[in-house]
Amino acid sequence: MHDKTLAELTRSLDAGEFSSRELTQHLLGRIDRLNGKLNSFITVTHDQALSAADAADKARAAGQAGPLTGLPLALKDIFCTRDVKTTAGSRMLDTFIAPYDATVVEKLAEAGSVSLGKTNMDEFAMGSSNENSHYGPVKNPWDLAAVPGGSSGGSAAAVAAGLVPAAIGTDTGGSIRQPAAFCGITGLKPTYGRVSRYGMIAYASSLDQAGPMARSAEDCALLLNVMAGHDLRDSTCVQRGVPDYTEELGTALSGLKIGLPSEYFGDGLDPEVEAAVREAIKVYESLGASVREVSLPHTHYAIPAYYVIAPAEASSNLSRYDGVRFGHRCDNPVDLIDMYKRSRAEGFGDEVKRRILIGTHTLSEGFFDAYYKKAQQVRRLIRQDFLDAFEEVDVLMGPASPTPAFDLGANKDPVSMYLQDIYTIAINLAGIPGMSVPAGLAGSRPIGLQILGSHFTEARLLNVAHQFQQATDWHRQRPALAEENA
Amino acid sequence: MQWETVIGLEVHVQLATRSKIFSGASTSFGAEPNTQACAVDLGLPGVLPVLNEQAVAMAVKFGLAIHAEIPEVSVFDRKNYFYPDLPKGYQTSQMYQPIVGVGEVEIALEDGTTKRVRVHHAHLEEDAGKSLHEDFHGMTGIDLNRAGTPLLEIVSEPDMRSAKEAAAYLKAIHSIVTYLGISDGNMAEGSMRCDVNVSVRPKGQETFGTRAEIKNVNSFRFVERAIAFEVERQVELIEDGGTVVQETRLYDPERDETRSMRTKEEANDYRYFPCPDLLPVVLDQAYIDHLRDNLPELPAEKRARFENELGLSAYDASVLSATREMADFFDEVKDVCGDAKQAANWVQGELAGALNREGLTITASPVSARQLGELITRVMDDTINGKAAKQVFQALWNGQGTSADDVIEAQGLKQVTDTGAIEAMIDQVIADSPAQVAQYRDAEPDKRGKMIGYFVGQVMKASRGTANPQQVNQLLKQKLDALC
Repeated sequence: MHDKTLAELTRSLDAGEFSSRELTQHLLGRIDRLNGKLNSFITVTHDQALSAADAADKARAAGQAGPLTGLPLALKDIFCTRDVKTTAGSRMLDTFIAPYDATVVEKLAEAGSVSLGKTNMDEFAMGSSNENSHYGPVKNPWDLAAVPGGSSGGSAAAVAAGLVPAAIGTDTGGSIRQPAAFCGITGLKPTYGRVSRYGMIAYASSLDQAGPMARSAEDCALLLNVMAGHDLRDSTCVQRGVPDYTEELGTALSGLKIGLPSEYFGDGLDPEVEAAVREAIKVYESLGASVREVSLPHTHYAIPAYYVIAPAEASSNLSRYDGVRFGHRCDNPVDLIDMYKRSRAEGFGDEVKRRILIGTHTLSEGFFDAYYKKAQQVRRLIRQDFLDAFEEVDVLMGPASPTPAFDLGANKDPVSMYLQDIYTIAINLAGIPGMSVPAGLAGSRPIGLQILGSHFTEARLLNVAHQFQQATDWHRQRPALAEENA
Repeated sequence: MQWETVIGLEVHVQLATRSKIFSGASTSFGAEPNTQACAVDLGLPGVLPVLNEQAVAMAVKFGLAIHAEIPEVSVFDRKNYFYPDLPKGYQTSQMYQPIVGVGEVEIALEDGTTKRVRVHHAHLEEDAGKSLHEDFHGMTGIDLNRAGTPLLEIVSEPDMRSAKEAAAYLKAIHSIVTYLGISDGNMAEGSMRCDVNVSVRPKGQETFGTRAEIKNVNSFRFVERAIAFEVERQVELIEDGGTVVQETRLYDPERDETRSMRTKEEANDYRYFPCPDLLPVVLDQAYIDHLRDNLPELPAEKRARFENELGLSAYDASVLSATREMADFFDEVKDVCGDAKQAANWVQGELAGALNREGLTITASPVSARQLGELITRVMDDTINGKAAKQVFQALWNGQGTSADDVIEAQGLKQVTDTGAIEAMIDQVIADSPAQVAQYRDAEPDKRGKMIGYFVGQVMKASRGTANPQQVNQLLKQKLDALC
């Protein structure tokens, strides 16, 4: 039951093999047994899940099943969920019960899905290993000594461990794709503006985007069908029709032009990762695609530009956590300034403080032009690199991460941690969609193939990933932990 | 030494949108604290702003009214600072690309001349909440009802040279925004607030002196008083050998003084940057043209029309165009009665007097413009005389009757112009007043003119005021002179 994809589960539910209640109970049981080891959930919503499952079973019996009716999933704890604790992985919000649903949460509920709870994450989505959570690090189900990636590490680990068939993540600099790669699942970061950000706790507003994390490209398509679309509550969410993302699945890839950015195969790339990615490219060639090398000349500016823009936005976005209206407030403040200082000092973790400091500095008078403005100019150049490349090829492929999942505690230095995102971060700066697809194993640790497309080509990306999954079974590999506790 | 005062104003106008600038919460004034603050206004995690189109249209209308450039693109920026009544830790404002560019406002000076004050720009922003320091036992209460109310901040050039000019400028802005219907202009409720930049320099010097910014100047009167105090303070300081420091000062109306709040060194670094949650506002020409075509007649245009087309005096034109309500009322009275001068006399005379006595504004006038216009018509067509007209006005004011004609009919105030009827009343009065007739007869002919007043009064009394006074005069004179 816990090994199936969403598409398979729907068939089973339709066939009456089991009810949504049975499925939900089964998965809640697995969470109860395994979450202690993995720490992938911050909050498990047993009661709400069971009543949603009952409602779904009723709807199915009445012939009113929607696209996701009765399907369990988990939400990264960055999505505001009405009457449920929503922490963003921070002590600052340890007591915050959201009074409203994020648009994504609302849409998924309306489609009939059953949320099992809120998954662990790096605090305010700042991190690449899930070690920056107030609720402790998440373990990688493939190897409990390894990180699951971040910041959507809890979502990735939960899907990989068979606690839930799919989960929703967010991606600001790679936070869906890198954990998907580390945990051997399929993740999609949609085009910026494709999915509403309303109710998604902001880290860096011009980069944040929500997306699906699942066991197959087909499942990601099913979820994106529900998540995508204009939202009157988010001005940056585009008014553009939403295609049926499953419709293109099954289109042959003959004639597909694949570009390999030379900058993504340089120094620092783990040989096993490179070998797996090159092996995957061969599969595509066998499916009729042509491959050529392309260049994204401004790639090496992506991390510096990101670490100006994202912290600048974050420093402003996180100003609302001041102890006045909600969230953590220090005990017995002597005056206003004391309350601000201690509430924020106690409520935020080190990485969040670091980025607030960086952002505050780069926006300061006398530094704004040199940092923020320059970074925005660089951002345009990076975007142009991709637009130029997509004049020549249909998709770009490369590794999602320079290495497989690293050990917990291995990257103590913040800058070496930042460099983990070297292949994912430019995609957010350019606003284009990207996926990570399981493409191999380095020992017991998965390797992810990254697939990139131009703006709003999610349907094509999903099919390109789907065709690979028709030809290979990397996406069907499960960690031993998922099996032994079956 | 002779000193010259240099003044620039930043006027914050609350726009009269139904909902807030970035949320759907109501903007109405006076509700229970925190009952008109939604998730967006509270700055809850995850919320996003959505720009209110009405606020944009109002800002553009203002720009068009002051003949300003309306840039095709304007951008919202975040102004970052911490304050308990600023929920998000930043104010969404427009720093670099405001919605309204360079424009100018014409102000009327007391000597009857006008002066143009340049407007540097006007930008949209959100208002903050309010901190309440009373009733919380040493704590501070926060009311976020006002948070997110749209503001248009209008920034002038330092073109004003006296407190009077500054007040005239503020009045002109008040008049424009109320004419446009984009603000209720209620200064007591904070719908219009003003920061004043003041400096002094020796007369003839070209460079500006160091300026102080005075905050919290919230009435026409306070603007004049705050400037007067501040000019005196700066001049005294300089004449005593000191220097003015650039600082923000607070005006205290109770003590009638300004006090230092913070100096330039203590000023915040607001770390402005473009708000990533809002798209740039792009206005196409058709949208701007549509708003321009639908602008109402503005105060300056109205004043000119009253003076040039209707032949009113400069004074009348300026008084009657001061507010849109007054001008609209006058225009309707004039349209109904067809005589601008009569309309002006009545609106500024009888009506203004009655309104003043009762402390009412023109919008609360118990006598409508139509009623007044019809009343004037009845005077002009001789249906009633001037004395009866005042009675009719009073009756309408008191709600006795729905129109002038009703009152005239009900109270029998229709003027008597029948010569036979008037002659009969005159004969009776003459018969009843032998002593006065004798006096009249004995008087020198050039003194008789004054003495006729008595007989007119008696006849008018006999007619209960309805006899036509000219006819009474004429016939009396004939009859009395015939007795001599």
